[in-house]
Amino acid sequence: MRQRHASQETRRAREFEAFVAGAAGRLLHAATLLTAEAPDDNPRARRLLTLSLAHTYACWDRLRGEDPYDRTRQYLATRFARGAWHHHGGLGRSRPHPASPLAPLTPQERLILVLRLYEGVAEEQAAALLGLSAERVRAICHRATTALLHRSRGPAPAATAKKAVPS
Amino acid sequence: MSGSDREAAARRLLEQTSSRSVPPEIHAEAVRRGARMLRRRAVARRLLWLLMFAAAVGFTVWALTARPWVEPPSDTTPPLTSW
Repeated sequence: MRQRHASQETRRAREFEAFVAGAAGRLLHAATLLTAEAPDDNPRARRLLTLSLAHTYACWDRLRGEDPYDRTRQYLATRFARGAWHHHGGLGRSRPHPASPLAPLTPQERLILVLRLYEGVAEEQAAALLGLSAERVRAICHRATTALLHRSRGPAPAATAKKAVPS
Repeated sequence: MSGSDREAAARRLLEQTSSRSVPPEIHAEAVRRGARMLRRRAVARRLLWLLMFAAAVGFTVWALTARPWVEPPSDTTPPLTSW
């Protein structure tokens, strides 16, 4: 019994290490996009990822063929959504870093954009995960994409518009 | 600009600036926290079983001593003495 327990533990540790080696880079980037921090200074994203990975580690033996990456991403997204709600306007609110491409967006817009575009989660799945309707997710995603592209090309269209007016 | 073009452009924007270097302490910390969660769950499960066992034993002992299924002796009717 004890031996079986120990062998299960070493197997879990090995599998989990391989999983982290493969998935942590992508997940950390996603978390950094969510928290809108600079890529090399992201304590909140690291904490979020650590907690999600710990949750995955704790339910590793009960995954039963479910994708651990999927499970970690789900936990990450719901935890971020909850945290964003709690911190909304409060003292713990952190200011987005200007180096992040998603800095001008709200936490919810960032979350939906990252889930839909960066992670490629289906609209219905993202809606079910966040407790919104699929139409609402589509609308928010559309708005966020517009804001993102407008910001990334921000000064250029304004300059051409100014030039175009007098002529 | 069509919808898919816009999405592709936004996707490129999200993909860039990725350093992809994960600090190793994330793995260690995740394992430490995960193992602690597992340990706490095991302890909680054990405590719950222990509590259920204690409740079952307590109930059995009480039932055997109090015998609630035996009809209590009546003390409202006076005993019949002189017939």
